[in-house]
Amino acid sequence: MKSNLTQLKKMANTLRQDVIKMLVEAGSGHSAGSLGMADIFSALYFKVLNHKPKKPNWANRDRLILSCGHIVPIRYAAMARSGYFPVKELKTLRKLGSRLQGHPSYVDMPALESSSGPLGQGVSVAVGKALAGKMNRKKYFVYCITSDGEHDEGQTWEAIMTAAKYKLDNLIFILDRNKIQIDGYTKDIMPLESLKAKYEAFNWFVLEIDGNDIEKVLKATEIAKRVKDQPKVIIAHTIPGKGVSFMENKWEWHGRAPSKDEAEKALKELQRAL
Amino acid sequence: MFKIQISKQIELKACRDGFGEALLELGKRNKDVVVVSADLAESTRCLEFGKKYAERFFEVGVAEQNMAGVAAGLALEGKIPFMCSFGVFSPARNWDQIRISICYNKANVLAAAKFEGPVYIRFAREKSPIMTLPKTKFKIGNAEVFKEGDDVTIIACGSMVYEALLAAKELKKEKIQAEVINCHTIKPIDAKTIIRSAKKTNRVVTIEEHQVNGGLGSAVAEVLAQNYPVPMKIIGMPDKFGESGTGKELLDKYGLNYLNIIKEIKKLI
Repeated sequence: MKSNLTQLKKMANTLRQDVIKMLVEAGSGHSAGSLGMADIFSALYFKVLNHKPKKPNWANRDRLILSCGHIVPIRYAAMARSGYFPVKELKTLRKLGSRLQGHPSYVDMPALESSSGPLGQGVSVAVGKALAGKMNRKKYFVYCITSDGEHDEGQTWEAIMTAAKYKLDNLIFILDRNKIQIDGYTKDIMPLESLKAKYEAFNWFVLEIDGNDIEKVLKATEIAKRVKDQPKVIIAHTIPGKGVSFMENKWEWHGRAPSKDEAEKALKELQRAL
Repeated sequence: MFKIQISKQIELKACRDGFGEALLELGKRNKDVVVVSADLAESTRCLEFGKKYAERFFEVGVAEQNMAGVAAGLALEGKIPFMCSFGVFSPARNWDQIRISICYNKANVLAAAKFEGPVYIRFAREKSPIMTLPKTKFKIGNAEVFKEGDDVTIIACGSMVYEALLAAKELKKEKIQAEVINCHTIKPIDAKTIIRSAKKTNRVVTIEEHQVNGGLGSAVAEVLAQNYPVPMKIIGMPDKFGESGTGKELLDKYGLNYLNIIKEIKKLI
């Protein structure tokens, strides 16, 4: 399960290809965020997370909450590649009767830990899970992937205050700072800066990294795990659409799936990068 | 008889596109019309309004509770705000702000011009047949009888009205005369039209692209139970969460089509 850096980079590329294949098959879905987070998902599922894919309800597993549920294709890809379910099932994304719902459905797939989609809700659920971990004296960490656009929601800041109040040092947010949301760049829709200063003002421990650099992701999670008495956030600057040149940094790809031609082009580019 | 059309080659158009066009027109006619968006301007089709009337367009980001409060404040100061989002977010997310900031204040939010708000308008995302003609009557609060009949009443709203018309057309071949009512306003509901039709047909089927609880069917049942109880069937989502699939697949799975209307009518007759 635990992989070295070269293997993790290769895996990120594989996950990106999976995402393209899934989205073109589904005919809808969110490309940019899914691709941008491939490096982090590779690091999480193949190195960072303490988990047993064949025993998804193992009591001591680290909990991963995907609060920005719309990028779930990348999570499904990482789950399939790490052994939660067969890779061929990825093609059922968004199809009638599939447990790979367009947005995460906990009842269909309990290993997702929580249903999500409407922004700002997963962060509170993660706080609840971290509180329970403390109460039950469990050693698990709660990782919560949250998006920058999600910080428009007031609930996100309610969760942030609660986590600091209870000194939840078993809680690590990974904030996908890709600077886009569905209708445009975050700076145009709702300016968020300075996110670092805001989190610090709310008594969180903050790290800011290049989220497409797997080595930095690994280092940041190691540091974050060791910090005591504070919740931790890793602000991960990622390139939305990363790996597919015509999608990179374009907000128009937030909620779009590639056409057949675009998918072919994207896959060629990803294969060349190997 | 209201003038409507029904044909195999009928043109399809998404209701939200019509909303976007109407919003532009309203913006031109009334300088007090403003729009508050929560990062769904393109999807809800208020984007064109935003481009044309930038000074009357407010983007609050993914923050529906804030959107409702901001809209209330604008309305209380005499503006006519339209707040545009998806039903899963508004009213699902900002129910309390809609209830207190907007409704308890009687704030004129999302109101069509010349009608005292607040008003909530719900559209289907998928394309649906353009069955109405320019001369088709439309008045908030008035249910329209689109087809008269004596044997059964079908009451529908939104995208299901056309399915009701298709069902009536098929039933006619079997000598069953269905009355079809377009009940576009759920509240205030047009009790008079509903009771009059029930008295004539003695059987009512309702259909809506919505949960069976607390929607059109429930509102019709409230009217009939207290005034003129008749056998009834409510067709809609059977108290279930949604799921992934194509629009057509999902409509068929939950019987939101004319074939199921016919099936349910035959059980009643």
